[in-house]
Amino acid sequence: CKKDLNLTQLNSVTADNIYTSAAAYKEGLVKVYASYAVTSSQGPASSDLGGIDAGTSDFLRLYWMAQELPTDEAICSWQDVGIPDLNYSTWTSSNTFLLGLYTRSIYQITIANEFLKESTDDKLSARNISSDSLGLIKQYRAEARFIRAYQYWVLMDMFGNPPFVTEYSTIGTTNPPQIKRADLFKYVETELLDIEDSLVTARDNEYGRADQGADWALLSRLYLNAGVYTGTTKYDSAILYSSKVIDAGYSLNTTYANLFKGDNNLNNNEEILTINYDGVNTQNYGGTTYIINAEVSSAMGPTKFGIPTGGWGGNRSRSPLPNSFTDNTGATDTRAMFYITSSSTTTITDPSTFTQGYALTKWTNLTSTGATPASIGGTYCSTDFPLFRLAEVYLNYAEAVLRGGAGGSTSQALAYVNLLRQRAYGSTSGNFGSITLTDLLSEKMREMYWEATRRTDLIRYGMFTGSSYVWPWKGGNASGIGTSSYRDIYPLPLNDVTTNTNLTQNTGY
Amino acid sequence: QKDSIVGKIYNSKDSSALSGVTVRLPALNEDFTSDENGQFKIPANQNIAGKKLQFALVGFTNKEITLGAGDFSVYLAPLGADLNEVVVIGYGTSKKKDLTGSVTTISAKDFNKGLVATPEQLIQGKAAGVQITLNSGQPGAGSTVRIRGGASLSATNDPLYVIDGVPMTTGSIGNVANPLATINPNDIETFTVLKDANATAIYGSRASNGVILITTKKGKSGKPVYNFSSTNSLSKAAKLVDVMSGDQMRDYINEYGDDAHKALLGTANTNWQKEIYRTAFSTDNNFSVAGNIHKWLPIRFSAGYLNQSGILKRDNMQRISTALNLSPKFFDNHLSVNLNLKGSLTKSFFANQGAIAAAIQFDPTQPVYDKTNPYGGYFEWMNADGTIKSLAGRNPVSLLNMQNNTGQAVRSIGNLQLDYKVHFLPDLHVNVNAGYDITRSNGKKLIFADASEAFSTDGNSSRSRNVYDNYTLEAFLSYNKDLGKSNINAVAGYGYYTFSTKTNNYNTYEADDTTILTHPTYPLSIDQNRMLSYYARLIYTYDNKYILSGTVRRDGSSRFAPDNRYGYFPSVGLTWRAIEENFMEPAKKWLSDLKLRLSYGLTGQQDIGSSYSYQNTYYGSQSTGEYQIGDSYYSYYSPNAYNKNLKWEKSLTTNIGLDLGFLNNLITVTADYYWKNTSDLLGNIPVSVGSNFSNYLYANVGKMKNQGLELNISADVIRKRDINWTVSFNYSKYNTTISQLNNNDPSYSVTVGSIAGGTGNMIQRWAVGYTPYVFNVYQQVYDKSGKPVEGAYVDRNKDGVINSNDMYYYKSPQAKSTFGFSTNFGYKNWTLATTIRANVGNYMYDNVRSNFDNWANVNNTTTDAINNATVDLLNTNFHTPQYFSDYYVYNASFIRMDNLSLGYNFQDISKKHPDMNLTVSGTVQNVFLITHYPGLDPESNSSAGIDYNLYPRPRVYALSLNLKF
Repeated sequence: CKKDLNLTQLNSVTADNIYTSAAAYKEGLVKVYASYAVTSSQGPASSDLGGIDAGTSDFLRLYWMAQELPTDEAICSWQDVGIPDLNYSTWTSSNTFLLGLYTRSIYQITIANEFLKESTDDKLSARNISSDSLGLIKQYRAEARFIRAYQYWVLMDMFGNPPFVTEYSTIGTTNPPQIKRADLFKYVETELLDIEDSLVTARDNEYGRADQGADWALLSRLYLNAGVYTGTTKYDSAILYSSKVIDAGYSLNTTYANLFKGDNNLNNNEEILTINYDGVNTQNYGGTTYIINAEVSSAMGPTKFGIPTGGWGGNRSRSPLPNSFTDNTGATDTRAMFYITSSSTTTITDPSTFTQGYALTKWTNLTSTGATPASIGGTYCSTDFPLFRLAEVYLNYAEAVLRGGAGGSTSQALAYVNLLRQRAYGSTSGNFGSITLTDLLSEKMREMYWEATRRTDLIRYGMFTGSSYVWPWKGGNASGIGTSSYRDIYPLPLNDVTTNTNLTQNTGY
Repeated sequence: QKDSIVGKIYNSKDSSALSGVTVRLPALNEDFTSDENGQFKIPANQNIAGKKLQFALVGFTNKEITLGAGDFSVYLAPLGADLNEVVVIGYGTSKKKDLTGSVTTISAKDFNKGLVATPEQLIQGKAAGVQITLNSGQPGAGSTVRIRGGASLSATNDPLYVIDGVPMTTGSIGNVANPLATINPNDIETFTVLKDANATAIYGSRASNGVILITTKKGKSGKPVYNFSSTNSLSKAAKLVDVMSGDQMRDYINEYGDDAHKALLGTANTNWQKEIYRTAFSTDNNFSVAGNIHKWLPIRFSAGYLNQSGILKRDNMQRISTALNLSPKFFDNHLSVNLNLKGSLTKSFFANQGAIAAAIQFDPTQPVYDKTNPYGGYFEWMNADGTIKSLAGRNPVSLLNMQNNTGQAVRSIGNLQLDYKVHFLPDLHVNVNAGYDITRSNGKKLIFADASEAFSTDGNSSRSRNVYDNYTLEAFLSYNKDLGKSNINAVAGYGYYTFSTKTNNYNTYEADDTTILTHPTYPLSIDQNRMLSYYARLIYTYDNKYILSGTVRRDGSSRFAPDNRYGYFPSVGLTWRAIEENFMEPAKKWLSDLKLRLSYGLTGQQDIGSSYSYQNTYYGSQSTGEYQIGDSYYSYYSPNAYNKNLKWEKSLTTNIGLDLGFLNNLITVTADYYWKNTSDLLGNIPVSVGSNFSNYLYANVGKMKNQGLELNISADVIRKRDINWTVSFNYSKYNTTISQLNNNDPSYSVTVGSIAGGTGNMIQRWAVGYTPYVFNVYQQVYDKSGKPVEGAYVDRNKDGVINSNDMYYYKSPQAKSTFGFSTNFGYKNWTLATTIRANVGNYMYDNVRSNFDNWANVNNTTTDAINNATVDLLNTNFHTPQYFSDYYVYNASFIRMDNLSLGYNFQDISKKHPDMNLTVSGTVQNVFLITHYPGLDPESNSSAGIDYNLYPRPRVYALSLNLKF
């Protein structure tokens, strides 16, 4: 009778049931990647995370909000608790979206850890995995470690001193230890260098999977910001790894706008690693579905953006973004993609009114041929999001050179920047003759606005907090006021600081 | 001379002999007294035949008979509350006077009358410490039942229901509004509510929230009694949400709107709430027969047909139910057999309740119909290019009419109970009870292809099928022995319970039933759990004065890992029947009962809804959650969060009780005071991020304290030949506080209470030192005229910045005290009865106002439509929603008359059938409501205290006929 109490769910399976073949290990790796694309494997109404609305619990939506809303590039009209705090740089440690981002990043790390735990040599031999596939599984393990390193980079960049778990941590209710930002930098760097040789050579992996190009691109970004993370700059290394990417054979897409369309997974030699979405098979209310729907209001005609039933009218630009273009109509610099009507203004007197501030048209679900991709319900988007693309690496190279890094040249830096301008102008008419660090920050805004890099860039320039540079509604003031420097790092979520007694809150919060 | 005449006097209630009865023979002016066997003798005398004989005993009705020849028996009916009444307790019965625990019994004569579709509504307002809130006005809607306020956070707070000894499954049943609605209230004889640990601990790990024992009606000896009843009623909304009219909206927009906005205005004056509600007719018809077949087979059979319509148009529930009870005895009454079989078929049409909030919000200046509109000819918000405005609200009437959602459930509950009084040892009973509770339900929902509600997918078609198979086996021995002044009553038993739920997972399609929208990973989901239990109870009574009672139960549950699987739940109770003491003799003239009860015990809780939370398992992905690698989409497995350390939640309850009876129990008073300390509280709460596969996990996380006072007073105010008047009053005081959560940090809290509006906004907290679900809000600042100032909140932490650090804990939905009042007045053949209920100190968040009453909603630039608001917008004139203002947390104390009924009993209507009896009664339910709460109803649709989308509880006018012969 006692045995009667041993019941298992008839539908579910254990690790030993699942990992029976190399193909199963590939599915395990897919779960590692899928963790930053979907809110849950159960579809858009579910979430892997608790304490946050399912639709706002995916990685990109939260990452995008944290990188864009508190900057001069974007502002959101929605009044959901926590959004105005990001708009105005007045967030507290109880901000739900920051909690969500932190939790999502660590969730993906936990999943990567689980995959690593289930793919050790001992487990592989115990499960009789054929020796021909061991090489492949070694690649998978390197990729899982890359994804984990990427998320630790996100946590280091955003939260500084997050909890730290690896495949050796136990699953249960044990409080993870905290890691300091400088130690985490060392960890991420060591991991990325360690897996370099196990990864597939650059541009040779399947679409959506990390290879050496992704590894170098993240190293390039990591070293460019090393001064922020550790106090010691590493511009030489930034140049070294940027060059490795540039020399690997990536090339700029001819048409800038096609990078942000529903078929950007095709014929794309500029993107180094993407998060992949699909209106039918990979649905969620975050990701590019969020970026595109929040960019479009019903008055703008959602059909023209490939979202016939969507258009949530939330995000639009603050004036520094359209003003960074000498001509913001898009007639000369084609990267200026704004929705301008006779009543449009760049000025925002009421942040909750979507029609104040130029709306954008950069992101769309329409394909390069103007078709609307298949989508259940007409809201979910198929546009993929580039986590790394060549243009960023050009700019990383240029900035590291201008900041005094060795191993590159000013003329090469200028040439790379002018490649971007030539594509934007369709000719050499917009080319720079020389370039300063300030020019470069503006150029990065024009090239990469709304691609979730702005906060990191402003911090590196020392302009994110303080009063040396203000923008409309910074600090909650219509014309902008200074903010305290402790806001260069986000707070650890209050919830976790009270739950995990190993954590010490970041200074200032 | 002939022998003397011998008479014997019994208590009509329990046939016990009555001693000390004064027997008066006026003809001889002589008095006799009955002895301890109830006997008296009248010396033989020719003259007394045909003379009157009068009987009188304190506490009993007087009686007069005419003397015949020979010996005879007389039955006297007790006055007031009968303490010898037998009450069902767990695994046995007890006389009321011997009860050691806190137990309240409500029997059929005290049930609420009128349209009562579901059993728990019979006893709403009738017992102290039992809060019953009807969840909505939906046909067959369930109620939230809380005994002593609820002891848990994430585990269920519902009491355990036990029908004829068979514990019912908790949780919902697919395709019916409420699982209890499958049981016909007319088949119920009594409810026994077990409240303290001494009464409940024998139900162990499922007893923390109290136990409700339901006893159904049984067969009777004697000639068959037929009963036919019919209740026909009309229901209508008692109140509608006070929204702006079309004219008010036009004035408002013309004053504040811009040109684009004014252009959206229509010319109609539509009251959308009137468009979706109706006066609904319901009929409930029941037939029963109870009697003997062949003298040895007592039987009761009943059949019922309920057809209840909701005030929301198209809403309907029909229930056909039958019940059979056979209760024969064999082998010289040594073997008692009790067979209960109940079956019901419930068919529902579920109206789309989304129309309720839509009717509040939809623009009153627009007409209901627009013949040119492609979405079924209803007015909808359209873009200039002929497409529908995707985020705008949908026409409420279209929401109602453009979908068909039907469900049906067949449920059967039954048990066979054998009680064998051992031949060679009659003090020993062997009792075996085997029960089942099985349900098959299925449903189909179709949203039409041209419905605006599902415009993006050309409709939606889905179906569902659920199978519930639950079995119970109970076997126990009971032993009852008098040993001189002592009495021993012992029970020991074994229980085995198995629950299984099978749910078919079907594809969802567009309305054409071919285009697949989603398809499931698994065709079937199966959830199973089991419990294995041993239990024992010993009641030792000495000299009828001192009663010691102890129980213990050991439960094993499949929900926990083997190391934590078993739990022990002991209790002890001590009762002193002080009234039996010699020194009480002088007080007995007016004091008829004095009893003190003291109990202490441990109960548990394990129902967290999930059966496998301790196991490390994986689950497959859905078709919508795949991921693209290369050119292919992959499905994959995900690990479940799990907690192998999960264990029982434990509640330790101390109860002090006092039972008083005055004037032969014409007035009875019961008072209880209790402390309940729950530890290892089961909560779905945040765990350290990174420690598991989710940041929320079911874990044993804290402690909670419940404290309260209960008072029940019943009085037979008048009992005369033509007039009787009874009054019953109950009062309960509650205090529930979370005393620890997760770790020892006193500031720790968990955000709960999702509200409508925005994304992921939550208004409440579980916080240490506060009642669960305390509101977490900003303190509103008001101007000189008393108007709330938009966005102006008190800087409570005085740091010069208004941010979330200034939010505070303000009030809770839990009532501080509740009152119930019932009275029954009879004059000749007339009966007038009423039930009044009051809650004091409960607060509610008006999410209707907070969500709709702002300019951003009325003039919604995102959706490009006009939305309605309540008239309070004209007062606040808020520009953007102020969800977190304490302005929206209102005192929701109330007094409600639940029930008022007037009946007339026609006797002697048939010469042929002298016993035929017809009762006609009229009942009004939800008669009136007194409250300062400004919204629709101060009782929200759950215990959570958030008022939104409430299906109004109707006012019901019912006419009932009851024919008995």
